[in-house]
Amino acid sequence: MPGKQKSSPNSPTQYFKLMEKIALNVREHIIRMATAGGCFIGASLSAADLIVYLYARFLNVNKDNLDDPDRDYLFLSKGHDVPALYGTLVELGLLEKERLANHLSLNDHIYWHPNTHIPGIEFHSGSLGHLPSVAAGVAMDIKIRGGNNKVVCILGDGELNEGTCWEAVLVANAYKLDNLIFVVDRNQFQANIRTEELIPLEPLADKFEAFGAAVKRINGHDFNELEEAFSAYPFQKDKLNVVIADTLRGKGLPSIQERADRWFCNFSSEEVDQLLAELHGEVTTQLTSETLIVR
Amino acid sequence: MTYEELLTQTALVNEQIIVMTAENRALVRNLPGILGKRFIDTGITEQTMIGAATGLALRGRVPVVHALTAFLTMRAFEFVRTDVGIANLPVKLSGFIPGFLSDGNGPTHQAIEDVSLMRGIPNMAVYAPADEDDLVKMLPSIWQSSQPAYTRINTRKTSYIHADYIPGKAEVIAQGTDVTILTYGLLFEQALVAVDMLREEGLSVGLVNMRSLKPVDEQAILDVASAQLVVTLEDHFLTGGLYTIVAEVLLKYQKTANVLPFALNERWFRPALLPDVLQHEGFTGKQIAEKILGYRTESVQPQILQNEFSE
Repeated sequence: MPGKQKSSPNSPTQYFKLMEKIALNVREHIIRMATAGGCFIGASLSAADLIVYLYARFLNVNKDNLDDPDRDYLFLSKGHDVPALYGTLVELGLLEKERLANHLSLNDHIYWHPNTHIPGIEFHSGSLGHLPSVAAGVAMDIKIRGGNNKVVCILGDGELNEGTCWEAVLVANAYKLDNLIFVVDRNQFQANIRTEELIPLEPLADKFEAFGAAVKRINGHDFNELEEAFSAYPFQKDKLNVVIADTLRGKGLPSIQERADRWFCNFSSEEVDQLLAELHGEVTTQLTSETLIVR
Repeated sequence: MTYEELLTQTALVNEQIIVMTAENRALVRNLPGILGKRFIDTGITEQTMIGAATGLALRGRVPVVHALTAFLTMRAFEFVRTDVGIANLPVKLSGFIPGFLSDGNGPTHQAIEDVSLMRGIPNMAVYAPADEDDLVKMLPSIWQSSQPAYTRINTRKTSYIHADYIPGKAEVIAQGTDVTILTYGLLFEQALVAVDMLREEGLSVGLVNMRSLKPVDEQAILDVASAQLVVTLEDHFLTGGLYTIVAEVLLKYQKTANVLPFALNERWFRPALLPDVLQHEGFTGKQIAEKILGYRTESVQPQILQNEFSE
């Protein structure tokens, strides 16, 4: 049950305030990683609230139970959003904050895609459409053993182009994996093009439902809506749970938000300083670095 | 003992074993009833089966996964490489109808680059038993290892009784100074025929059943390099299989040898029933012997058993 194992403040309102503060810190970490080589900042900012909510409120994962077979699992399949995960792991005490300064350094393993050298990261990703089936395998084993752990897999919306995502939904349905939750970071973009302009996904909820899943669609930046959706877990007995979280790519930074060309960003240190101020509503950043468009 | 009997016996004593298939049940027909939830059929989804096997292995299981080799090693290649290979998980790939064993299926089903592909994945071991007796002698060690492994499943019955399997070691059947044949998989049967015919012609002939292609028994290769002729015999593309492995080993030790390869050079084979495939492609024992000799003989090719239907 949500938050059961956490030492949470008394009222949900207070807890949501705390999560908002954590999410703001995570966004600062993300912005600081978008320089000296850069990172996929847009997808990280769209997923930040989701990831913070899941770790802070929903998942039974903490620094003391990372090897416990009864822990919950989170798989980050879209991969590009790993700065949001690094930041969250730091805020929750699983990863030393100093290590974020090693982004892209040979002396550490903090790079553009998730890997298991980072405590709390269950499996590597980067090649899209892999972790839905890996997560399904973990959920299958939990079912075989009669466990109660939850398995969450975060997917990108662009990632849903990959057929293996849909194979995994079919198989999860066949094996009645109601302990498995696919969360789609529905930020409307794949690389530099809007999903609906390239390979349209809508009506997305209908697609998952037609494949046998129980679906909820919510605002992925609203902790109240996240709480409402995840409190209802498991959504329906014997059915795969799917949460479509509508989000904004680049959320929190108006100067890059929903911009097709601000996908992977490698900012100057001046831009980073301005973006940090922009995050707190102080200025609008004058972006000078080149945009990256990959077609 | 059959493959299925061995797998049943192993899974019943080892709770870690999960038997999986992408709806290819030819080798595991009775296991759903015996293993219950430890039998998982993901349907015709080789990639998803490998992904799910990865998840199961993360939970401490040893998944033994089944599919036609062409789809297991090629359709799902990137899942094998990226999920099983990078994480070095003990997922055991049982590839059905490799090489000529796909007989009448046609080139879509011909896995004749599987050895090349699988041995290119770090951590992945590659095995190719000569027949059912060899298979059941090798599998216990393959399944016990904590590494990923790919096995060219070969359940053909021959009259040959193999030596016990020593991990990573080839089986030296005979030593000879004129010719030594290095082979693996179902062509072992034809190699035995060829050896007899060559001996009839007065040659001193050696024969090695390679068994493990990765790790490969380097010493077994180096030991025969001094024969007047070394023959590599395989139902695989010329590139990337045993011929290439022999070249790599000889180069590594700065040796050379006179090597005659039998393999498929830049082409798929003509689909037909197995005995006809071997005849058409020049891989019967008699054809092998005569190509080595350079002349026709009076010897008679023993009948080659049909393959069991295997789609």
